[in-house]
Amino acid sequence: MKRPDPKLLVQPAPLLKQPLTTSMAMRDVLIALAPATLAGVWMFGLGALLILLASIAGAVATEWVLLPDDERRAQLANGSAIVTGLLLGLTLPPALPLWMAFLGGVVSIGLGKIIWGGLGYNLFNPALVGRAFLLAAFPVAMTTWSAQTGPTGFFEVAASNLAAPFMHIDFDGVSSATPLNLMKFQHQSTALWDLMIGRTSGCIGETSGLLLILGGLFLAFRRDLDWRIPASILIAVAAFTSLLVLIDAERYPGPLFSVFSGSLLIGAFYMASDPVTSPLTPKGAWIFGTGVGLLVVLIRVFGGFPEGVMYAILLMNAATPLIDRYTQPRVFGKGLKSPRGGHE
Amino acid sequence: MSTDSGLGLQSASRQGREPTSLRLILTLSLAGLLSGIIIVSVYEATLPTITAYQARMLREAVFQVLPRVTQSQRLVWRDGTLIAKDAEEKGEAAVFGGYDAGGNLVGYAIPSAGPGFQDTITLLYGYLPGSRKIVGMEVLDSRETPGLGDKIYKDAAFVGEFKDLAVDPEVRAVKRGTGSAANEVDAITGATISSKAVVRIINEGNARWLPRLDAGG
Amino acid sequence: MPTSKPDAYQEFIKGLWRDNPVFAQVLGMCPMLAVTNSAVNALAMGGATFFVLVASSFLVSSLKRWIPKQVRISTYVIIIATFVTVIDYSLQALLPAIHKELGAFIPLIVVNCMILGRQESFASRHSIGLAVIDALGMAVGFLFALLALGSVREILGNGTWLGLDLFGPNFEPWVIMVLPPGGFLTLGLLLLLFSWLAERRQKLAERLAEMEVEGT
Repeated sequence: MKRPDPKLLVQPAPLLKQPLTTSMAMRDVLIALAPATLAGVWMFGLGALLILLASIAGAVATEWVLLPDDERRAQLANGSAIVTGLLLGLTLPPALPLWMAFLGGVVSIGLGKIIWGGLGYNLFNPALVGRAFLLAAFPVAMTTWSAQTGPTGFFEVAASNLAAPFMHIDFDGVSSATPLNLMKFQHQSTALWDLMIGRTSGCIGETSGLLLILGGLFLAFRRDLDWRIPASILIAVAAFTSLLVLIDAERYPGPLFSVFSGSLLIGAFYMASDPVTSPLTPKGAWIFGTGVGLLVVLIRVFGGFPEGVMYAILLMNAATPLIDRYTQPRVFGKGLKSPRGGHE
Repeated sequence: MSTDSGLGLQSASRQGREPTSLRLILTLSLAGLLSGIIIVSVYEATLPTITAYQARMLREAVFQVLPRVTQSQRLVWRDGTLIAKDAEEKGEAAVFGGYDAGGNLVGYAIPSAGPGFQDTITLLYGYLPGSRKIVGMEVLDSRETPGLGDKIYKDAAFVGEFKDLAVDPEVRAVKRGTGSAANEVDAITGATISSKAVVRIINEGNARWLPRLDAGG
Repeated sequence: MPTSKPDAYQEFIKGLWRDNPVFAQVLGMCPMLAVTNSAVNALAMGGATFFVLVASSFLVSSLKRWIPKQVRISTYVIIIATFVTVIDYSLQALLPAIHKELGAFIPLIVVNCMILGRQESFASRHSIGLAVIDALGMAVGFLFALLALGSVREILGNGTWLGLDLFGPNFEPWVIMVLPPGGFLTLGLLLLLFSWLAERRQKLAERLAEMEVEGT
């Protein structure tokens, strides 16, 4: 990573050089996330913006402190810490105390990335590691959902946002159940159009389904992500929930609701598709995405939590080395019968 | 550890030749015998304190879960009626009748046990047959996660839920903040399994004892 | 047998830091992770282990001549289990509240490999005095490690230390810290810290040695 791009490359084929560097990919992700981010800030107010800034600050500061001196500048410049911090912030509830968002950024980079050896070596998606930590550490704060303030209440920052470090202030505003909570505990569906444009409560960046898809398509078009992963996740979720609806339409949520509710879209397009923590081969990508989709529905419908995207992706992250191992393409002319025999 | 080297060499040189099997068996038997003697004597020495403590805890718990009670009586169920019996007998379940200063029956303290999150939870709860209400709950023994599951007896708010709780149709645990009905208990956030276990154990105790108490009381 | 005459002070001090049973040898992880969710529990577990380790080391060292090596491990286990049972009953009678907290983990001291390890690698081949000193050092080191972990987890997970409220009523406890994952995380971070300190000390020593070479 320290190596500058050489002018002349002497190496065996493939000789085509892709003009894709880490910093360019990260810039693309930031562009792709911009619409959903702006929408989230617009809908949840200044507090949401502060949370995003806090989690980005936590991520960048940790990267700065923990990286060796000679790598610091290059690593910070490629913007991966900013992307991690932003992704984490987008999956946090809007009334969360800022210090928790900062701590989440610290854990994301510290325990999710640096401790594994830095960018490219981590087994789990860093932003989700941070989120999983926060959810386990502060279960109440992480599941308190404030209602959307809308543009009129833009400057009203919830008191709970501004709690001093290590302290909490009970959320005093209007709390409001997420569509998935309504589904799980009250058995109540939400209008599809509200889900698509994001007029529901939830995490800052997960609500506006259409904008997330827009950004995801941009990334797929720019080839920053493997389109097979989000595609297979969404197909798996839709197929599994359709099956459940066929069994009992009263009890189970339908496929469109399942795809557009919760953090499925942001997870599928921006987290599961993280090239570091997902399989390399096309076949592996299909297996990975299908696994995520099935786990999401299993956790949502049959598990104790209303939402399961985070755990589904983390579990499949753990399975990624195994998937990679079993989907290695056959070495040309070798081992027709046992695909893995060639190099062992 | 630098001291690891030389293992075996030293023992071999010390003993010289292989000991006979008899010697091995004798050594182990002797060790076991001595160990057994020590354990039994410690057990005997500590047993009175331990049982006295447990009995005291149980007695205190009875007064804890039943208000206005000054004396209690152990009751067992035999041949369709409740009879007073102080001596414990293995496999025989008992409840404790609580009486006020005038000797009138106030309510019953019902022990019940069942699986919790980690191990069996044993608890005692006070029941007033007149109003069909639970008026107190005390966990006697549990191995729930310290700091989380142990809130079933450390969290005053949760224990307080059992101070005035209807038993009909059955006790239910609900998410904190949504409990409003007389038979609903707010579960502890983060320790839902332990909270539900407590409620289930109480319901099991109710199923076993309430028909008897209503008939024989 | 060690060639040079072992220094009693060295045998004691090594258990505290250089050969610390937890941070250096990574032994006894079961009680380490299971009961350290509060400082009091950590102290009680450390105390119980202290008693078992010192008493077992004393006995094993005194009986080492009569224990045939073929059955030595079984004999050690019997000795350790006896002391564990003794402390189990004693705690139950004398400190029932603590016993209730530690629950199943007192009997599990038997399988703490740190204790068996000391018998096998030290007490069975040293004099009674040295064995007891070694056991004291290891036990204090273990207690120190338990207390360090228990303190971090109790302060963050509950806002208290040894039951003392540190932050006031508005503290937001880190629930994860009193759960098993908090144990693993804290232990990992403490091991990281220990290795970092050890590495730093070694570098310092090397630099000192270099300077001495240059100086002479």
